[in-house]
Amino acid sequence: MAQIVIKNVRKEFGAFTAVQSSSFTIEDGEFFMLLGPSGCGKTTTLRMIAGLELPTSGEIYIDGQEVSQKPASKRDIAFVFQMFALYPHMNVRKNISYPLASQGMPRDQVRAKVNEVAEILGITDLLEKPVGGLSGGDRQRVALGRAIVRDPACFLMDEPLGALDAEFREHMALELRALHDRMGATTVYVTHDQLEAMQMGDKIVVMNHGVVEQFGRPQEIYDWPATTFVAKFIGSPSMNLLNFDGMVGNGSASVSLSDTAIDIPEMISGANGTLTLGVRPEHVRLDDAAGYRGRIVASEYLGTTQIITLDTACGAVKARVASDIAVKIGETTGLRFDPRSISLFAANGHALISKANQKVLNHG
Amino acid sequence: MAEVLLQNISKSFGATAALQDVSLSIPDGSFVVLLGPTGAGKTTVLRMVSGLDMPDSGTVQIGGQSMQGYTPAQRNVAMVFQQYSLYPHLTVRENMEFPLKSPLLQTPRAEITRKVAEVAEILQISHKLDNKATALSGGEMQRVSIGRALVRNPSVYLMDEPLSSLDAKLRADLRVELKNIQANLGATFLYVTHDQVEAMTMATHVGVLDRGRLVQFGTPREIYEKPVSIYAAGRLGQPHINILPADLFGTAPHGAANIGLRPEQIQQGEGQDSLVKRVEHLGDQTRLHLSFKNHDITTVTDAHTPLRSGDIVKIQPLRPFYFDAAGARIA
Repeated sequence: MAQIVIKNVRKEFGAFTAVQSSSFTIEDGEFFMLLGPSGCGKTTTLRMIAGLELPTSGEIYIDGQEVSQKPASKRDIAFVFQMFALYPHMNVRKNISYPLASQGMPRDQVRAKVNEVAEILGITDLLEKPVGGLSGGDRQRVALGRAIVRDPACFLMDEPLGALDAEFREHMALELRALHDRMGATTVYVTHDQLEAMQMGDKIVVMNHGVVEQFGRPQEIYDWPATTFVAKFIGSPSMNLLNFDGMVGNGSASVSLSDTAIDIPEMISGANGTLTLGVRPEHVRLDDAAGYRGRIVASEYLGTTQIITLDTACGAVKARVASDIAVKIGETTGLRFDPRSISLFAANGHALISKANQKVLNHG
Repeated sequence: MAEVLLQNISKSFGATAALQDVSLSIPDGSFVVLLGPTGAGKTTVLRMVSGLDMPDSGTVQIGGQSMQGYTPAQRNVAMVFQQYSLYPHLTVRENMEFPLKSPLLQTPRAEITRKVAEVAEILQISHKLDNKATALSGGEMQRVSIGRALVRNPSVYLMDEPLSSLDAKLRADLRVELKNIQANLGATFLYVTHDQVEAMTMATHVGVLDRGRLVQFGTPREIYEKPVSIYAAGRLGQPHINILPADLFGTAPHGAANIGLRPEQIQQGEGQDSLVKRVEHLGDQTRLHLSFKNHDITTVTDAHTPLRSGDIVKIQPLRPFYFDAAGARIA
């Protein structure tokens, strides 16, 4: 069990800065997601927690102990990679036993421990089988078994489900999360899949170009993105971002988009010039009486809901509406945005603070 | 463009029956998506139409003409594969011109130039035309290979998971783009995928394949709202439809073995108690993992639900599906 504190951690590879002064705290027992596109520094951050890379500067605490310059073997962690590396010439039991046997644990203890882990993972009947004939999922379970058999203080996972197909991935995600809930060990998990992060994580760090863009609970990050990057990266379809010229200040409660007033949460910060209004697709309603207009260019059926794409004066808008609403491509209609859900962003891409998002964005 | 007709197609590879008596009519100008897991026979159907494989029995007709004995080139079909195979030493323009330079087509030079420019415009790669193919990102390369199919004027476009190697954002963009291209050209598309979102959003018709058999053919809405079997119901919908013993909530119709409940077929707040095991906030909605009489049920609820794990919530079926012991839908 462990709390992990990352403090001003920075990593340079020659002239390239992979991670720029990151700080966040992973609480004991949390399932913690490092999320971002490829090259954002998430894997480098994970490798620094593991001790596979040493930070250029900054501190890393595992359970209060500063470990940033200690090698991996001196940290009580277990690493699970995307490409599950199993020993092909050993059977399942030997693969899982290996970390314990190499620590010199007595044989009957190893046996008992491996049986227990196999039970947790539901692979007891595979123990004496060679790893060669296993399915992708079973191979991944064996790799997990090898990680959990050591009872480490924390698990570090680098896209462990990345190689699996969509349906099976969903299943393994649930299984992994249930396993965590049973064992309660701190888990740090790297992914580029925002849905996986939302679905499994207690907390998420969103990274881009080596910078921590936002850190918080999944629903908070989804509702109140700190930057336009987060607004675009989280959610499918992503948040609609509409650029307009305008000014807001303390107490402002509406903005004007192509001469139509749009209600927004009461602002407690100000900006002018090019601003961006952000609204999630499920907070857009089609209402012919509304002043802000759009032309319907596409509709995508999704079962319960459908996604309607509209061209508007300030950019394309996607609306998620019930699938029984009939729409006609080419028609013009009005759009209403749920005023409680709207975010505004300044030209630098940072969210402006309002009464609605201050609780989420002011904690750091 | 043309109608494609498959009649009673069977095909075996050794002892494996890849297709069993598949009949399928692909109307002129339609976007037909074949859906099914690996091994269902989706790609084999494409290969029958393209002429890359021959059926053991049955016939393929394109535009009313039997394709028996026709080579792939003679069939006038355009294919796009999952793995873009561009000529690495050629520029984007040369790659896209290539099919038009086929001696079979005899396309005039001016026509080639016009066509390539037009398609590049549609796919938003005009500014890349003089780049080497290898200097492109993955998404751009896949656009070029789609472009190479679009420059021609084939009877039918055959696409085998063309978007599956792209990242999520680009996939979403290209879905809309492909659908628009197909609608604007009035082209006939036969498209293979195991991604249900692609099937639902792009298809005019979905063909559901199960171990070499076509088990349902209809609009995405028909398949979602009126599935013929547990298998077909399970192809579409996220989270996955819940399949439970028929009498779990009370009396079931005669002959029913299972009840099928999509999230919108589970009414919350009324009925019998279930235990919330896990709450997943996905942003736009929240997924509830419930335990009900020792069965797991997944449903969705409001994004900002106050429900937490350990809470009790009442549920009852709302216009459920019923299936018999063989999995066929009976109500």
